[in-house]
Amino acid sequence: MNGPMRVDPYEPRGVARVVESAGAALLALFWVLPLLYALWTAFHPAEYSTRFTPDAPLTLENFSRAWAAAPFARYFLNSFLLVTLVLACQFVLCTLAAYAFARYEFPGRELAFLLVLVQLMIMPDVLIVENYRTMSRLGVLDSIPAIALPYVASAFGVFLLRQTFKTVPRELDDAARVEGANALQVLMRVYVPLARPVYIAYGLVSVSYHWNNFLWPLIVTNSVESRPLTVGLQVFSSGDQGIDWSVICAATLMTSAPLLLAFLLFQRQFVQSFMRAGIR
Amino acid sequence: MTRLSASIHGWLLLLPALALLALFTHFPAVATLIDSFYSTPRGARGSVYVGLDNYLTMVEDPVFWTSLVNSIWFALGTIPISIALAILMALWVNDRIAGRTLVRMAYFTPTILPMIAVANIWLFFYTPQYGLLEQVLGTLGVPSHNWLGSPSTALTCVIVVAIWKEAGFFMIFYLAALQQIAPHLAEAAALEGASRWTFFRRVQFPLLMPTTLFVLVNAVIGAFRTVDHVIVMTRGGPDNATSLLLFHLYQVGFSFWDTGYAAAITAVLLAILATLAFGQYFFLERRVHYR
Repeated sequence: MNGPMRVDPYEPRGVARVVESAGAALLALFWVLPLLYALWTAFHPAEYSTRFTPDAPLTLENFSRAWAAAPFARYFLNSFLLVTLVLACQFVLCTLAAYAFARYEFPGRELAFLLVLVQLMIMPDVLIVENYRTMSRLGVLDSIPAIALPYVASAFGVFLLRQTFKTVPRELDDAARVEGANALQVLMRVYVPLARPVYIAYGLVSVSYHWNNFLWPLIVTNSVESRPLTVGLQVFSSGDQGIDWSVICAATLMTSAPLLLAFLLFQRQFVQSFMRAGIR
Repeated sequence: MTRLSASIHGWLLLLPALALLALFTHFPAVATLIDSFYSTPRGARGSVYVGLDNYLTMVEDPVFWTSLVNSIWFALGTIPISIALAILMALWVNDRIAGRTLVRMAYFTPTILPMIAVANIWLFFYTPQYGLLEQVLGTLGVPSHNWLGSPSTALTCVIVVAIWKEAGFFMIFYLAALQQIAPHLAEAAALEGASRWTFFRRVQFPLLMPTTLFVLVNAVIGAFRTVDHVIVMTRGGPDNATSLLLFHLYQVGFSFWDTGYAAAITAVLLAILATLAFGQYFFLERRVHYR
């Protein structure tokens, strides 16, 4: 807020502040405990996985064993290609549609917008049986585009960008047109640059969602060449060759590492993005 | 620009997104309803119109009813506690407490982890004998118990994982809403001598209602489309104690390949989501008009 800092009369002081801080910290500790536990298990030999002694030797052995036991490099590549493909298509499709909804008057616009909003309620996660059949008819089963396709026309992306584009002053639009820019040039030079924070927010949420998505990729893929990391991890950890927990923990952390590290580095952006674009 | 060319431009811009939505949202939703009245094609026998047979199968399928009840319990067990925790977290993080940034980060971290990774970690936590939970309870003298392996506790274990994953995500919406509350309200309440609890109950909580509604609708929809942790931790067991509706659909559709029956289950799931959708639509419309 601007102006001099106002004093919040309900801000805890003295003992109350200490008690509240302790409570918050205790819950925080409880909240990160499962993750700390996974870190402990992954970085120590198997015999220390439930023995918490300070002299337990550190090791990267679990990571190298996990890396060697399954084609994780390929899974990383697949996940990377998947989120890139989804995000690129979402940006293009949602930008075009949002521009139409925000700045064009045409018959059927309200109906079309309703048809887009339908996807907020009926998400691809639920239509797995029919979408599987469609992929099979299209002959694209077991491929990365098959994982991406149901998600690329994102109702939420359209909605979010439409809201943003509506706030762009008409005068900027008119000025660009007077200088001879056509509709697409106006979109690229005026609207897209002004919506940059929204693109970042939506992008972070989309990447997190698709990096972590599991059920649909599990259904639609069945080979190393197309499986994303999440499915690869599940195939690896549910294998019956008796892999020990330390190795599974290492693999689990490896899978989450890119997002986790990005989050630790750009904490504020992540929190703000999820707040802005949180409906997923 | 003429009206006609504006219309053409508008529709051309919409076309790619609408075509894909039609193919992967509208068509499958309608096809599901139609398919639910047809039998599953087996070998040389194609699918034939069977009327309500698939729905009769559903009514007589005890696993369907168990899954439906489990889904409702899962929603009832997860949502109120995550929302209460989210509000508590937001209130704490909103105050100038010690280590505020670290605390906020701790609460939010589960949100960005893959559910499947979360489930793997908690699976080990719950493991009989070796698991951390057993070790801790063992030192306290609590008798050994197979938490995920017994029907009486398995669903609760799954609920705990979901709460852990979601609460921090909901927290950020409450945090944003708390920061919107005008400071003079707190000053006025303090002048009136209201306790902090009264201030929360009479001022903050009512002002947070739109946020609660928003979070609630999203949480309910989320509860009906979360299955990753079930697939990893219990595969619906023991004895279907943790089989949620979407998990049952997954099993019928992709383990038994009974697509006709799966279409009927999808139709029920869509009906549930459509009912919730009215709340969601109503709310989104209001957000639209706010701007």
